[in-house]
Amino acid sequence: MNSPDLLYSDVEEDLRASVRALLTDRADAAAVLARTESTEPYDLGLWRTLAADLGAAGLMVPESLGGHGASARETAVVLEELGRSVAPVPFLGSAVLATAALLPTGDELLSPLASGELTAALAVPLTTAPGSPFPATVRADGTLTGQVRTVADASAAATFVVPAVSTSDGPGLYAVDSSAATVTEVVPLDLTRRIADVTFSGATARPIVLGPAAESALDSALSTAAGLLASEQTGLAEWALTETVTYLKGRYQFGRPVGGFQSLKHRLANLYTELVNARATARYAADALAGGYDVPIAVAVAQARAAPVAVHATEEAVQLHGGIGMTWEHPLHLYLKRAKSDELAFGTPGRHRTRLAELVDLPG
Amino acid sequence: MTALQDQVAEFLAAHDPKTLPRLDFLRARFDAGLAWVYFPPGLGGQAAPRAEQAGVDAAFAEAGAPDNQPGRNTIGLGMAGPTILAFGTDEQRKRHLRPLWTGEEVWCQLFSEPGAGSDLAALATRAVRDGDDWVVTGQKVWTSGAHNAQWAILVTRTDPDVPKHQGMTYFLCDMTAPGIEVRPLRQITGEAEFNEVFLTEVRIPDAHRLGAVGEGWKVAQTTLMNERVSIGAVAQPREGGMLGVLTKTWRERPELRTPQLRDRLVQLWVEAESLRLAGDRLRQQLTAGAPGPEGSAMKVAFAELNQKLSGLEIELLGEEGLRYDDWTLRRPESVDFTGREAGYRYLRAKGNSIEGGTSEVLRNIISERVLGLPSEPRVDKDVAWKDLPR
Repeated sequence: MNSPDLLYSDVEEDLRASVRALLTDRADAAAVLARTESTEPYDLGLWRTLAADLGAAGLMVPESLGGHGASARETAVVLEELGRSVAPVPFLGSAVLATAALLPTGDELLSPLASGELTAALAVPLTTAPGSPFPATVRADGTLTGQVRTVADASAAATFVVPAVSTSDGPGLYAVDSSAATVTEVVPLDLTRRIADVTFSGATARPIVLGPAAESALDSALSTAAGLLASEQTGLAEWALTETVTYLKGRYQFGRPVGGFQSLKHRLANLYTELVNARATARYAADALAGGYDVPIAVAVAQARAAPVAVHATEEAVQLHGGIGMTWEHPLHLYLKRAKSDELAFGTPGRHRTRLAELVDLPG
Repeated sequence: MTALQDQVAEFLAAHDPKTLPRLDFLRARFDAGLAWVYFPPGLGGQAAPRAEQAGVDAAFAEAGAPDNQPGRNTIGLGMAGPTILAFGTDEQRKRHLRPLWTGEEVWCQLFSEPGAGSDLAALATRAVRDGDDWVVTGQKVWTSGAHNAQWAILVTRTDPDVPKHQGMTYFLCDMTAPGIEVRPLRQITGEAEFNEVFLTEVRIPDAHRLGAVGEGWKVAQTTLMNERVSIGAVAQPREGGMLGVLTKTWRERPELRTPQLRDRLVQLWVEAESLRLAGDRLRQQLTAGAPGPEGSAMKVAFAELNQKLSGLEIELLGEEGLRYDDWTLRRPESVDFTGREAGYRYLRAKGNSIEGGTSEVLRNIISERVLGLPSEPRVDKDVAWKDLPR
């Protein structure tokens, strides 16, 4: 077995610092909160800076295909920072999901995706888990017809990568211009990652890859997204813990800082312990995805562990903030909503445990 | 091959582990600086990076060389050795470290007392100066391996008139000295892995004092720090330890399986794997020279996990879970959490959240030293030890 590298390299720390500086500057809590109720839920200016100027969109794409030739490890660091800020950018949908689906195909869309010129989305429900059957809600017979519900970052996408099934070719991935689709935004639980139902009615489509290669490209994308989402969840949990610690040091009741009461201290110590564990699984999944070893187990463990930790950390943050935690003005609710939605994304923890039981031979 | 690996190969060429008597081999390995390679030259090491140790141990093991039976002397190797290195005089280091490492002299730890558990600094065992000696009287408890030990690390109260942290002194105590009585302390498992140790006017030469008079707390902190570092210090394979016992039963006994037990098992599988990875991460941080504060968190999680796993095992076993292997009082030479049967594992795991710092104390440490939250109120800080309520 490979010996995994679970730390952050200097290059990764530099990348983190750049992303954090950008997000601190352009996506503070007030700005993110205000945008949730604006007519432009995505901050496309910020997205351009992140994707193009910092090069975050092309990290997983080889240089020969127009990318930066880094790996899932660096992408994971960006997701940690995005988790810490819940910045409204379509990074997961475009730079992770759509890009990962195209990577095994070497498709021409990779170059504009990597440079940040193009924003795309993979047309699958956000709840689709790795190992799921190939989706069959869209038919491909010359053109595409059908509907995909609950697609993440769909309203920011100029191009859709659509899994569809045709009578002659079986499963395939198709490129569809967003102008050829009907995108209906739904009201999302998570205000900082939009979801939409996408309908195709005889939409013009270009086949990208057909047959078993399409199935494996889709599964690889879902696996990559599920594994890397654990880094976003680590970022969410870390923010919730840090924010709560800061608040409890400054909040006085009964004549002393509330953070000095043992019942609260121990809950925060437990969260810290959970965070240490979640981070280890997230780093392992990122390293496994980057190195191409032990991926199915690493991904299942990371989602089974990090998803509930992010939910627990944000739920505890709400409780320990007391009344202020229930208000709209405090950004905490954005993190709770993200964490709870992330728990369903790419398979629930229960689903990943079921998969894991098969992978590690724990028969029912 | 690193330079150290070359040295091991040369050493093995000159000292055949198959023909050389065990102790001679171990002494020669110590003298060659290949025992704990990160210790200084002349004391069993050569000031090499700590990360090199695992490779050296592995090379000796591969050659079929005898080891120093670390399981028999965990206190000596993990706690007494580093403390003697840090605070010992040249004479003390020379005298003790070699037989400690070879296992010729086993060590135990005389710290906890009936009235001083989590609050170790409240300890009451008195040491009074008498000429070149100290005269020590008191009672210690939870002393694992005292019945096998030749030496002990001992913390005593030398000045009751100052606040508790200031009046302690640390000694190396000869366990064969007159006045020391070791009694087995029977535990909920039926066996007596631990002991009570009674000290009645035990004479300890001042030359066996470790660190200055009144500095015992500082010396003890080094010991306790090393204890926490040693927890989780060894890489675990996937499905190692208690989980491995449980998954083996699961795979071999289909008649025991239910869907509900299966999901609980997989939940614990995930917890165990993430803790294993967190341990790997911690070790990688230590190797890179940046010790993280995760150690205390690891210990809390490890205790909880072992308790959940061993509890699930009994449920899984059904009728068999109602039986116990043996309640006979015995005094084992070393501890194996996964040894014996399910009932023993369940009961022994209860100690994991008490020994080496209770999970409650460790949560205080995490919240105060890692997260920076306010300390517990210290009503005893400025009070002379003798005036503390007890």
